[in-house]
This record gives sequence, C-alpha cells and structure tokens, in this order.
Amino acid sequence: MYVIIVGGGKVGYYLTKELLAAGHELVLMEKDGRRARQISDEVGSIVLQRDGCEGKHLAEAGANRAAIVAAVTGDDEDNLVVCQMAKHHFDVPRTIARVNNPRNESLFRHLGVDEIISPTRMALAAIEQDIPVHELLHLAQLRGGELELIEAQIADDSPAVGRHPADISLPDGCSLFVLIRGDTAQQIRPETLFQAGDKVLAISRTDCEVALHRALIGDPVPGATS
Amino acid sequence: MRAFIVGCGRVGAGLAEELASSGHDVTIIDTNAEAFNRLGSDFPGRALRSDGTDEDQLRRSGAEGADAFFALTEGDNRNILAAQLAAETLKVPTVVAKVNDPVRAEAYAALGIATMCRTRMLVDALATYAGLPSDPAARGVTPATGHHPGADHQAERRTPVTSVAED
Repeated sequence: MYVIIVGGGKVGYYLTKELLAAGHELVLMEKDGRRARQISDEVGSIVLQRDGCEGKHLAEAGANRAAIVAAVTGDDEDNLVVCQMAKHHFDVPRTIARVNNPRNESLFRHLGVDEIISPTRMALAAIEQDIPVHELLHLAQLRGGELELIEAQIADDSPAVGRHPADISLPDGCSLFVLIRGDTAQQIRPETLFQAGDKVLAISRTDCEVALHRALIGDPVPGATS
Repeated sequence: MRAFIVGCGRVGAGLAEELASSGHDVTIIDTNAEAFNRLGSDFPGRALRSDGTDEDQLRRSGAEGADAFFALTEGDNRNILAAQLAAETLKVPTVVAKVNDPVRAEAYAALGIATMCRTRMLVDALATYAGLPSDPAARGVTPATGHHPGADHQAERRTPVTSVAED
C-alpha cells in the first residue's frame, strides 16, 4: 500500500518509522530542508523536500496512485488543503488529517476528510480521566468520531440513583452497557439498580451527550460545555 | 452591505477603506493589532484583533451575519480555511479567498470558493504589457465554478462578485 505523509514533525516522523517497519511503501513530504535532511539521514531516501500543499508537488510524489494521504503538520489549514487537494484533485481514496483545533473537526469531516486525528482532544480526554469531576469522561472516539465511549460517574444527587435502566429516558443514539461497581464490572440488566458511586460506560452519539448527561449526572451547569 | 475582511495587509486595509467610504458596514480582523495602523485614523468601520481560522472567534467578531466575506491574509491555506468556514459553517453567501498559488486557486474555485490569484493577475498584466493577448480569465476574481461535493445547500448560494480587480 502506497502512503504519502505530509509534515515531518514528531507525528510525521514516528508515523513514518512505524509504517516503514510494517513494510509499507511511503514518501514523507517535508518542506523544511534541514528537517527533511535530518529525517532522511535516519530513515533513508524516502523524504521529499517539498510543500505538500502544492498540487504539482503532490503530483510529483505520486498522489494519483496513493492509497492514503496523511496530513500531519502542526497547522490545521495546511492539513485541510493537503487532504482536499488529494481527495478532489488526485482521487486519493483515503485522507487523514491531524486537527489541532478541536472546533475544526466537524468542518474537516464535512469537507470530505475521511479520518480525523485530534491530538488536542486526546490529550484533553487523557487529562480529564485523571481529574475526578462529576462530568462525562470521554474515553474513546469510535467510527470516525460520530460515536463516543463515555464514562459517567453516578453521584449522590444523580437522578439515576435508585432507578432501573428502563426508568431512565435516553435518546436513541445512546446505549448503556457496563456498570462498574467497586472493583467489578457487570452487565447492565433490566433489574440493575443504579447506586451512588457507580460508573456507567455508555456508547453515545456525540449529539446525544447532553441528554446522557441529564439522565445520569443531572442538568448540566449553565454555561458549561460538555 | 455588511462586509467582513480577514487580514489587514495592504489589500485588506485598502478594500476596508474603500468599502467603508462608500457607506458599507465593514469589519476587518487581524491577529496582529499593529496591522491596523494601515487603516486611516478616521476609518469608520470596526477593526478587531481576532483569528479568521477559528470558528468561535469568527462568530464573536460578527462574521456570521455578513453579506460578503474576504479572506485576504498572506497565507493561501489560511485564506482557504477561513473562506470555507465562512461559506460552509457560517453560511455567508458571498465568499472570496486570495490564493496566490494558481493550481490551488483553480482547484478551490471548482470546490465552490471564489478565488483571486495575484500571481495570475500579475503574470497576465505583465504579459499583456509586453504585447501578448490578455487572458480574460486572469483579470480579477475567478468565480466559483463548481461546489463542494458534500454541500448540497450551495445550489441556492448567490453567484459571488465576478470581479473586484478590474481597472
């Protein structure tokens, strides 16, 4: 499989090494001459010192036969342009963009980028997990970001305390599936009674999060964003 | 008309002054407040320090209700991102991006963003001055020739200004 990586920062560099180790054919495009030489000294002559945003340079890199183009520079606008040029100009079947500003994720998806990698959101999620707050924790994104794996901590004042799953109204896009009580995980069954201190794992569509929050934690604090 | 301009360089500042002096409601933003020194001291519009590639900041600066949006920073890709935010997310009816790379300018016109390519305009002007026949397509703004495949709402979008650079 032929892969073009644009951007030789830390992400691009380690991605290049991993894909090479996995036996893929690839080219890394890095416009900065010094950085390009530095990387090619280490991984060999697969580094093209070119700006991947320019159509003719993408052509030179063989974009028309690439299975994947991954744009992983530190600038969202560059990553967007690389993916759009790859998709619409070279018919690349799969484009991947690193998105640094989480607010850009939906726009990028709407504009046809196939896969979004959001280091900012991942870092936020990882830090959130270490800070105990009565909020929803985002554990992972599934299916390209439309679905999320979420953990909700049931507190004393949660509307779910003392209720069965059937008594909790959830929108169609949410499903509760595992309960963690103490150290044990158990399936959520019709006879399960929620208690304060329970952790509930749910899969939710991103747009159902507010409803999920309301059902398991309580009404969101006004002004807080989930 | 409510006009929103991203980038207070020579072109952005010049356009802001011109639109404002003919009575339009103009907002111009730049990430660097010093850029506003290019505006005259009697500039009647709004000049705000804000980032045109950030959706929240665009909304806060009032880009949402604009009739026309001009992305005129020094970075082609910044302009492309700002313009697509304006067109796709904020639904501004008329959007123009300055894109100096001719290949990109053409590609984005096909994707629904009207583009203005300084490189093509200058090359054409100089070639014409040297006696070659002028290329009518190179004079001013290239209107959007297609629209974004994922965007079905674009059919109802107004045709963007056809040329701001004539004469």
